[in-house]
Amino acid sequence: MIEMRERMPDSQQTLEEILKLAAAQFKVPRERLTPDDDFFKTLGIDSLQALDLLTRLEHHFNVELPDYELQGVSDFRTLADRIQARL
Amino acid sequence: MNQFNGQTLSWELKDGVIELALHRDPCNEIGSITLTELERFASALERLQRSAHALILYSTLKSGFCAGADLRELYHGARAIEKQSAARGVREFLERIHRVMNAIDACPLTTIAAVNGVTFGGGFELALVCDLIIADKMARFCFPELRLGLIPAFGGIPRLKRDLGNAMVRDLLLTGRSFNAAKAQQVGLISQVTAEGESLRVARGTAAQLGKFDRSTASAAKKFIKPIPYQELQQEIEIFCELFAQPAVEAGLKKFVESKDAQPYLP
Repeated sequence: MIEMRERMPDSQQTLEEILKLAAAQFKVPRERLTPDDDFFKTLGIDSLQALDLLTRLEHHFNVELPDYELQGVSDFRTLADRIQARL
Repeated sequence: MNQFNGQTLSWELKDGVIELALHRDPCNEIGSITLTELERFASALERLQRSAHALILYSTLKSGFCAGADLRELYHGARAIEKQSAARGVREFLERIHRVMNAIDACPLTTIAAVNGVTFGGGFELALVCDLIIADKMARFCFPELRLGLIPAFGGIPRLKRDLGNAMVRDLLLTGRSFNAAKAQQVGLISQVTAEGESLRVARGTAAQLGKFDRSTASAAKKFIKPIPYQELQQEIEIFCELFAQPAVEAGLKKFVESKDAQPYLP
């Protein structure tokens, strides 16, 4: 188990943390969210809530995410890739 | 009148502090009714300031401090009349909002913007007229105007230049990106960051502290350290009005207003 965690790529950890944070913030069971979900649809969020999520992710990962880098991004996996690139 | 309750905003003078609360759904967009009520406030401020030492601007809405100009009203209003009349209407609106912004900027009281959530465009410009910006950690700032083929026109560029280094001003204006309160504090745009939902409480605490100082000294210090760039403010209106006549602007506004996209602010 420890060995698996050590081998786990950082991007996997990032993805898992995003899913946990989104589930907690929008009160959705974590197990209902999958990496390839469209988060706008799955979480049922509008543009203001998307900005709120963006700010929470910036605080959580201590990164800056210019919103143009997220243009067209709607699934958790790609979002994790964009954050990973800023870590 | 020490108290006013309007359709889009309210104010009250209590214990030497004037509080101006914005409360127009969905996010305090500044349209013609808000402008009229802001003018009413600016007029009342001349009298209210004699009994006050501080002014706090804040929003009662969780969505944010202010999302800027009411682009829907601008788009539909401009489409309903011929182009020349629309251009005149835009210029008149800008000159009126500039008079309000300049009145708050020049007010001898110490002014505090307690911001939360969306603080975009004209909302960001309203915060920038204040002496201090105290931001909730979830506040987000942005000048998205270039995405519509425009520039900020409520005094944002000269006031941003007054407060920040030019490299940062260029980044914020030319990319139109949004940024959070931590970044805003890092670049020197805001002075205090609070926990979520606490910006008004912290602003009230700060206003209470300001009340301990001699008012005329505070006023003299403010006048010395915060000059108002009147010439650049007028230039900003001229540039905006030239740009507003371009066809790209109508297309940009149409796309924004008619968009059902979850990210309509992105081009």
